[in-house]
Amino acid sequence: MIPVSAVVRSVAELVAAARGGERRAVARLLTLVERGGAVADEVAERSWSALGGITEGSTDGSRAHVIGVTGPPGAGKSTLVAGWMIRLVERGCRPAVLAVDPSSPLTGGAILGDRVRMADATAAGVFIRSIATRGHAGGLALAVPGMVRILELGGFDPVVVETVGVGQVEVDVASAADTVLVVVTPGMGDAVQANKAGLLEVADLFAVNKSDRPDAADVRRDLELMLDLSGLTGHHREGVADRPSITSTVAITGAGLDELADATETHLVNLATTGTLVTRREERWRAEVRSHLDRLLLDSSHQLVDALIRGSLLTGDESSAGKSPAAVARGLALLLAEQMTEYLDGVVEDDR
Amino acid sequence: MNEPRENHGFRTLSGVPVDVVYGDGPEPGEFPYTRGVHAEMYRSRLWTMRMFAGFGTATDTNARFRELLAAGGTGLSTAFDMPTLMGRDSDHDWALGEVGRAGVAVDTVEDMADLFAGIDLGAVSTSMTINGPAPILLAMYVVVAEEGGVDRERLSGTLQNDIFKEYQAQKEYIFPPRPSVRLVTDVIGFTAAEMPRWNPVSVSGYHIREAGSTAAQELAFTLANGFAYVEAAVAAGLAVDEFAPRLSFFFNSHLDFFEEVGKFRAARRIWARWMRDRYGATDERSMKLRFHTQTAGVSLTAPQPEVNIARVALQALAGVLGGTQSLHTDSFDEALALPSEDAARIALRTQQVIAHETGVTNVVDPLGGSAYVEWMTDEMERRAEEVFAHLEDLGNGSLLEGVYAGIENGWFVGEIADAAYRYEREVNAGERIVVGVNAFTEGDDPSKRRLLRIGQETEDLQLKRLAIVKQARNDVAVADTLARVADDAVEPSTNLMPALINAARARVTVGELVDILEAKFGTYVERVVV
Amino acid sequence: MSKSSEEVGRSQTRPPVRVVLAKLGLDGHDRGLKVVARMLRDGGMEVIYLGLRQTTETIIDAVEQEDADVVGISMLNAGHLTLGPRMVEALVAAGLDVPVVIGGIVPDEDLSALVDAGVAGVLGPGASADEVVACVLAAADSRG
Repeated sequence: MIPVSAVVRSVAELVAAARGGERRAVARLLTLVERGGAVADEVAERSWSALGGITEGSTDGSRAHVIGVTGPPGAGKSTLVAGWMIRLVERGCRPAVLAVDPSSPLTGGAILGDRVRMADATAAGVFIRSIATRGHAGGLALAVPGMVRILELGGFDPVVVETVGVGQVEVDVASAADTVLVVVTPGMGDAVQANKAGLLEVADLFAVNKSDRPDAADVRRDLELMLDLSGLTGHHREGVADRPSITSTVAITGAGLDELADATETHLVNLATTGTLVTRREERWRAEVRSHLDRLLLDSSHQLVDALIRGSLLTGDESSAGKSPAAVARGLALLLAEQMTEYLDGVVEDDR
Repeated sequence: MNEPRENHGFRTLSGVPVDVVYGDGPEPGEFPYTRGVHAEMYRSRLWTMRMFAGFGTATDTNARFRELLAAGGTGLSTAFDMPTLMGRDSDHDWALGEVGRAGVAVDTVEDMADLFAGIDLGAVSTSMTINGPAPILLAMYVVVAEEGGVDRERLSGTLQNDIFKEYQAQKEYIFPPRPSVRLVTDVIGFTAAEMPRWNPVSVSGYHIREAGSTAAQELAFTLANGFAYVEAAVAAGLAVDEFAPRLSFFFNSHLDFFEEVGKFRAARRIWARWMRDRYGATDERSMKLRFHTQTAGVSLTAPQPEVNIARVALQALAGVLGGTQSLHTDSFDEALALPSEDAARIALRTQQVIAHETGVTNVVDPLGGSAYVEWMTDEMERRAEEVFAHLEDLGNGSLLEGVYAGIENGWFVGEIADAAYRYEREVNAGERIVVGVNAFTEGDDPSKRRLLRIGQETEDLQLKRLAIVKQARNDVAVADTLARVADDAVEPSTNLMPALINAARARVTVGELVDILEAKFGTYVERVVV
Repeated sequence: MSKSSEEVGRSQTRPPVRVVLAKLGLDGHDRGLKVVARMLRDGGMEVIYLGLRQTTETIIDAVEQEDADVVGISMLNAGHLTLGPRMVEALVAAGLDVPVVIGGIVPDEDLSALVDAGVAGVLGPGASADEVVACVLAAADSRG
């Protein structure tokens, strides 16, 4: 009988345990990353170095095939991902899934219902973690790459990030992947919705789920038409010569899932052989740095702006009286720049 | 025990003579039957006092059945345990801890025989509350009757066998929807031909309501399911009037008195119109909606349980004033556990008081003509029609396809969950008073609550019984009859009942039959909507 | 006047409490479980909803991968005296220090047996949203 541990392990211990394949350690590290703050920073540093950092073979520190799965709600994504992951297990892979669901903007709580729809996948040994968006715009964009890295540390490959693709945040999250799969279904105007959400620009692969429906041919045709149009207008992912493939699936019976698994593997191979993988991962790395930078600057400026407001510098001051809000802001920006330099010196000091 | 009415010539307690019916409009017993399916209703025959019972082994339940019949109950209604309801034998992994707890354990025809030992199946009407494996249990019942010398044509009763509401509310499904509906229509076809006194389906709203739906949703979803079964049976080759007279219904009777009465009356009117105008029924028995009612289990409170006696009495009254054909009254201690003997007796007596002391049975549809009740009836009907329109839309003109679609996309489940949550919030916010729970809480004495406990002995006993049957039976017959079931299952146009009856006779178990059907039909996995 | 569960949710600066919510056994009634899921969400918690017909094994898998703070199990069939302790034991055997809250029809006379078996909280069928949220939060806090 494993004794219940009353000791809280250090980040270093957890990282070592995760590298050794311990799921519990992986789960705990995911929690720490999700919470953000100083502990998350420590996890980031240690897991980064444990992974070996940037190398020639891994231009953003990646060790696994990262696949984003998105699409309008009701497309059966979870069922699809579950069946597909089971096939990958049969092929000898160790997949992990991050399933994202929205938090209530009012209460901050969430009902995370993807896991229950992937019960057969957990039974087959797939690691599944449910994440709530927790309501911070951009917060998800920060946490998810870090969480993906923890799963890579734990030896999982591929890592699937599944979101409900109706908002820009979710599209961003999905597109921070090597391969983006968009799932649509017949009869719900999904192809049009997907287009509106900007998914057609980021999609590498499509799956038409519930393709046993009589109107499945219609949604496939809609997709083809929209892809034609986007090809004409120049909206397509950088460096990918081929059109996104469209796989027909019936997730509840398993039809088409082997083909889907093949298609995603093929995509990875294509990316590697065309050199696009390197470009994408570099771009991902840059995007992640940018997210952190945004967060850092935003946090610090917010604190300072609050202080300014409290110091009444933003209200009814003589020097502001005749100026437009934009002009007042420009003036304050200079003030802020000075104060921020001081602030950031302190932050960066910790890293030295 | 349905004797002719006592001979006081339909006078009130004070001796005032009263007529059959009052007010204008369609007569009871006349299309569209809003006021009742019979002209005389309870004046010529009371509703059946059908008390639901079942726990422990078949022998235990048999004793309770006999008590209830002796106490004046006029029909039997069987509650099965969870493993049986889910089509698993008592020795299955999932059965651990559940055998005989929520109802009686039935694994083989031997259990069925013990269940009805000493009861003349030709004289008593039996209801079996089971759904997923329903055809199997019916097959066992038929075998028991025949081995006891009663021909199947004489058997009277009801099989709940309503699989749609399982996907929508009760979740006791096994196979996916379409093969399950095939099983339902097989039972409909079989009974239409060979068991004319048997109701093959009890289209149920009770569970939908218990899951949290509104009264209008209960009405609408139930009738929609009924129409869907009609379409399915017709598609399977049956003529409407061949089977529709034996379709029966099962409603909840909840707390808002007039809403319930309006609901029952609207149900009759809607069914009559649709059956005649939409489905072309010409036999008036196809148009007459007959129903069983059970008082709302979900309305019972754990604190101050004796107060439930009052709730149940009022709910039962609503059912009677709504014109029910049969009634089960809950026991006051049911919020805590299965009913105790005393509590079950009080529940039965409650019905007897209504039937024999209140005089409400002297006049047919006594609330008819009340401005409020007529308005409520119309309103319930209107709301139901909106739901039918939505489902028809989902199903491109077919209610059957609409119901399948609503199951698949989680519409029913979502509507019910929303309604349940809304109610909960109202209670939480104090907007809805629940006596003893969020108001009037003095007087509760937790130490007084006596519960019926099912011990581990029941499970051990049942496992022994099952082992004995398995040992004594002929293994060749078992294999042969199972093979026939497998063959018939893959032929959609073959009625499975004969093969199931054969297998039951060979002492094949419920679990063995379900396994083989599951292998052919698949297993249903719900798309969870929270 | 006590805070509504929503107020409690918003005022929390702690990260949301993660709760695995499930029903053990064959019973198919999930109305109460779904209502509780919504209550906990409205109370600012993240509910990993496993739903019906779970086993101790599937619950433990979820608790481990989701790094849950509390396990909430619902039971209506008078199985609480066997299933409740079984869940606690299974978690302990797996080395998971996660409190268990039981919801359902639990007679008062069984409460002390459940507490002795290590159950962290018991909620009756009439519990209000505030009571549910408070009980689960208290259980989460009871963890070292």
